[in-house]
Amino acid sequence: MSRSDHDGNRDRGGATAREAVLRQVAAATEGVRDDDPVAAHVRLKRGYRRNDERTREALLDLLEERLVDYGVDVIRTGSAELASVLSTELDRRRAQLVVVPTGAPDAWTAALDGRRTIADGAGGLELDEADATLSGCAVAIAETGTIVLDGGPGQGRRAATLLPDLHLCVLNASDVVALVPEAVARMQLAVESGAALTWISGPSATSDIELVRVAGVHGPRTLVVALVHDA
Amino acid sequence: MSGGGRIPLPFHDAAALALRDGQLRRNLGTVTGAIRAKRTAVTEELPDWQALRAAGKAIKDHTLRNLGHYLTQLEAAVTSRGGTVHWARDATEANRIVRELVAASGEREVVKVKSMTTDEIGLNEALAEDGVVAIETDLAELIVQLAGEEPSHILVPAIHKNRAEIRELFLRAFELDPSELNDDPADLAAAARSFLRERFLEARVAVSGANFAVADTGTIAIVESEGNGRMCLTLPETLITVMGIEKVLPSWRDLEVFLQLLPRSSTAERMNPYTSFFSGTTDGDGPSAFHLVLLDAGRSRTLADEVGRETLRCIRCSACLNVCPIYERVGGHPYGSVYPGPIGAILNPQLRGAPNDAELPYASTLCGACYEVCPVAIDIPTILIEMRRRVVEGSPRRPRRLSATVEDVALRAAARIFASPSRYEAAQRLARLGQAPFVRKGVLRNLPGQLSGWSESRDLRPIPARPFRSWWRERAATAVEEGEK
Repeated sequence: MSRSDHDGNRDRGGATAREAVLRQVAAATEGVRDDDPVAAHVRLKRGYRRNDERTREALLDLLEERLVDYGVDVIRTGSAELASVLSTELDRRRAQLVVVPTGAPDAWTAALDGRRTIADGAGGLELDEADATLSGCAVAIAETGTIVLDGGPGQGRRAATLLPDLHLCVLNASDVVALVPEAVARMQLAVESGAALTWISGPSATSDIELVRVAGVHGPRTLVVALVHDA
Repeated sequence: MSGGGRIPLPFHDAAALALRDGQLRRNLGTVTGAIRAKRTAVTEELPDWQALRAAGKAIKDHTLRNLGHYLTQLEAAVTSRGGTVHWARDATEANRIVRELVAASGEREVVKVKSMTTDEIGLNEALAEDGVVAIETDLAELIVQLAGEEPSHILVPAIHKNRAEIRELFLRAFELDPSELNDDPADLAAAARSFLRERFLEARVAVSGANFAVADTGTIAIVESEGNGRMCLTLPETLITVMGIEKVLPSWRDLEVFLQLLPRSSTAERMNPYTSFFSGTTDGDGPSAFHLVLLDAGRSRTLADEVGRETLRCIRCSACLNVCPIYERVGGHPYGSVYPGPIGAILNPQLRGAPNDAELPYASTLCGACYEVCPVAIDIPTILIEMRRRVVEGSPRRPRRLSATVEDVALRAAARIFASPSRYEAAQRLARLGQAPFVRKGVLRNLPGQLSGWSESRDLRPIPARPFRSWWRERAATAVEEGEK
């Protein structure tokens, strides 16, 4: 069944809620509607920046600056050292039980020697017990310091990067773009295919009590980004 | 129909009470000042901020002009991705839909993401009638809920509460021993974290609002800071999203504009910590049932209004609150609505038109700061003036077709007086004599009759013993004498 049972609740004129709302909207927009909304939408003026001339090195520096500003730990590494960097981070933060998403590359699993792991498909209570989650990401936005997850290989279910208190995220330098519109364009196909996205800009935060910024109300209190410069 | 169900005071009286609350005024001053400065910094650093604003306005106007088209497109897209779409003419209908869905789940508790729309329709109270507890999971909303109050700011709903008060609330609500909790904001947040984590893991039904909905892909966007939104959107089995029909956008691409406009205008951040996007249901990830409730509740009526319709462009950022000299002094409560500040002053009379709302368009100095910061360029001052015109014309004190109000007579007299220098000076002399009984400590107070409303809320300077014009004439005469010497 595609529509609500409440379509059955008819008003005095005999209309369902759907019919009534759409009829009112149609009456309100009488005379101002476009004959071809799609064509009119394409013609809308978009005078804002859609691409950027900055060099890759400049973008990586900007992204790092933004992430650090949010309280994220950024580690720059080469792909050859990635496994040992991840291992060191997990040790340093005493992460014993680690969530490893399906499709995680071998370089990451090599870092997990001697640690207990669980799959990202585990239930909420199990994920809640984990110390850390290791994940990749689809794209990152330098200007806003944003990591975008689209549930692709090595990224896991959404709950997996949410419940454990440490999120260790591997970001390839080639996936860094400058601007929000560039990231939106890159995610077009994923969204069209029905993927759920999570955009992360720093660890969970609140300023609700006397405007004092507190990290980590509900999401991971620590976010670490391993930025792989040759990948 | 605003949440709470208590009878609100008119703005005028509530504002007078709020002005006497020193703690509230200090908090408001700090918060609005801090956010104002940050917002200016993060909007001015973008070379294309004005172009983004113009695009945001254009996209919203286009969507509103073709709203019927985009709503049916959204319905089809959400349905094709496994969601169920419901339509609600008004608050009662929307509440009934949610109540029936919750009843069908058999749950007695639902978790909620901060949502102004569900506050607007009073959903928590409606669920309570069925014995269902709606737990607010945003930290500030939780504080406000535990205190049994109403939010006082769109963005920081609990700014009227200090840390000691919050500690007291938490001790009681979480049943903690006083030794277990101090009043450090980080510790208070941690206490809320562990209390709510259990609720999230147990919850089977979640209720949310929506910041945006993409018509062609059926994608809902929810913007937040704390992660409670992500919890509600991914852990429970059933998700119910209540959304005003004006929140729809044509395409995914349009979000590239609003994901820049909203966080920078709202929390004055380059980007908010978490944004979730989902389209219907996703296999093996998140809720297995998704319900979208499309709410009209006065929106289509507002859309029919040629002057007022641009109000529907609003993306609920709260930038206009933080720059408003009235809001900064009285806070959110006097507006008697979940939508306070300048946007509330034009939104409430249009969406709900409660008796007290007629006063809201007057809660403004018409300084225009709200228009300047609005990310979708809503011309709030112009709409305010139009709303005032309607209040005056609809006023029962003004006999229909029969001539004039006292104000009309006064303004016509003023026009005659200002048109002639001799009449002006004569009027000034008269007023100087007439004002004497009302001057106290250099301020005009308690003017009689029709003028009393004016002097009640303003500190007026009396007309000076020697007005500018006579000073100027004497000065000129002296100068001539000196020149002749």
